[in-house]
Amino acid sequence: MNYRQGVFTLAKCEQLAETTYSFVITCHEIASLAKAGQFAHLRVPGFSLRRPISICEVLPQEGAIRVVFDIRGEGTKALATLKSGDSIDIMAPLGNGFSLLEPDKKAIVIGGGIGVPPLLEIAKHYGENSRAVLGFRSKTAVILQNDFASAGCGVHLCTDDGSMGRKGFVTAILKEQLDAEKPDILYACGPRPMLKAVAALAKEYGVRCQLSLEERMACGVGACLGCACKTRKDGKETYSHVCKNGPVFEAEEVVFDE
Amino acid sequence: MSNLAVKIAGVTFKNPVITASGTYGFGREYECLYPLSALGGVSLKGMTPAPRMGNPPPRVAETPSGMLNSVGLQNPGVEAFLDNELPYLKDKGTVLIANVAGSTIDEYRSICERLDNSGVHMIELNISCPNVKQGGASFGTSCENAASVVRAVRPMVKHVPLMVKLTPNVTDITAIAQAVEAEGADAVSLINTLLGMRIDIKTRRPILKNNVGGLSGPAIFPVAVRMVWQVASKVKIPVVGMGGITTWQDAVEMMMAGASAIQIGAALFTDPYAPIKIVEGLTKYLDDNGIADINSIVGQVQPW
Repeated sequence: MNYRQGVFTLAKCEQLAETTYSFVITCHEIASLAKAGQFAHLRVPGFSLRRPISICEVLPQEGAIRVVFDIRGEGTKALATLKSGDSIDIMAPLGNGFSLLEPDKKAIVIGGGIGVPPLLEIAKHYGENSRAVLGFRSKTAVILQNDFASAGCGVHLCTDDGSMGRKGFVTAILKEQLDAEKPDILYACGPRPMLKAVAALAKEYGVRCQLSLEERMACGVGACLGCACKTRKDGKETYSHVCKNGPVFEAEEVVFDE
Repeated sequence: MSNLAVKIAGVTFKNPVITASGTYGFGREYECLYPLSALGGVSLKGMTPAPRMGNPPPRVAETPSGMLNSVGLQNPGVEAFLDNELPYLKDKGTVLIANVAGSTIDEYRSICERLDNSGVHMIELNISCPNVKQGGASFGTSCENAASVVRAVRPMVKHVPLMVKLTPNVTDITAIAQAVEAEGADAVSLINTLLGMRIDIKTRRPILKNNVGGLSGPAIFPVAVRMVWQVASKVKIPVVGMGGITTWQDAVEMMMAGASAIQIGAALFTDPYAPIKIVEGLTKYLDDNGIADINSIVGQVQPW
């Protein structure tokens, strides 16, 4: 485990969608350590617990990381009021990232809503060898599709209400994509029911799959054991921790039982 | 340079700042920020004789000025601690406090026996965990039960001091403190978390899967100060104070209430450097006020 904590400057703040915001944070040392799929723990003044936000992009040239978050409650609402030039207290990079294969391997990333941002670094890694299946509530929530396209990734979009892209869930498109050409690996982040369905498809098609999970979190470093998630290792169930053992797990390790 | 060192039941801490059990794992997680030797001591994650899975998630919830947790004593068991964690911790230059729990008196006895001569510097008997169905706080909420568990483990703990961690979820914490003192406890630490609950008004479900959990953080600080003050006036053994301490000023306040040392917990989650900043703040406080020895402020509140 190798992370830093400190107060850094927000180089760029943007609103990407109705309730979704993007921060570029200048933090050279953290940027040099960060990998795809890790997260940053953001302090919100006036709140006891930090907010774990996945790292969307690592920008080594700028010595910065980019995080994208959705307003979920009072804490993220307060975060969203920050402006370029403001300072922000973060701990990062935390957790284990995605396992990236050689860039000439084929990958499909599957993202649901605010699960989309951590997948961008994967698309950048595999470039034209990657496909993205991205699902959102509606047109007003769609984010980052151009960023994925710029990475060379083939983007397939769907919305729950059909207001943009195809109407329906990511799993229907994923199945078509798996039938069209079986990739070497899948990566998914999004709501738990989506992850469960993706894990089932990965198993059906016999493709390795990594999932990025989310849980209510306190310390962010594995000290408090708050962010438990049920996993299976060697046939035995246990509680792993999203912050330290995750947030990325092999799909077959994750126990979806509630 | 003023003296920051304190002595609790014969054990010397280089400074009075200890990280609280359950908030600092087995000491590895914050080591990339600062060495363990910067701390007076570390109270390690609560251990039981056998591994425990803990409670289902969600286990944490934010509250105004604090948080709830219902981790439920997830731990790898005492043997895994002795094999994998203690060898790593032994030469870190800080006081190691083993926090122990059990579901039965026999379990408390066996774990104390196992740890007594293991190399840890102190045993903290956890009779105050609010998140387990058997044992835990059920031993700490009556004088009879608290006395009986301390009586049972006392002969097992011969090489290191025995500190008993008390729950605030009682009518009179001073009676429990006196009961464990009478059975030979060498120190008491207080307070563990206050039992609390949050409900998601959209789903009408408690946020914690365990329904209820322990409240910690600045919200409980005044309760902790009051209880430390009350207990310190009723027992002769040292009191280690904790509950919502966030700043060096809180630490001074807690010590003036009667704490010989303090533990930091939830503050770490807001600022992982909190214990270090508190040590620095205490050093400056002593220097600025011409106080030669931190021990001279312990219990020095002048009540009206």
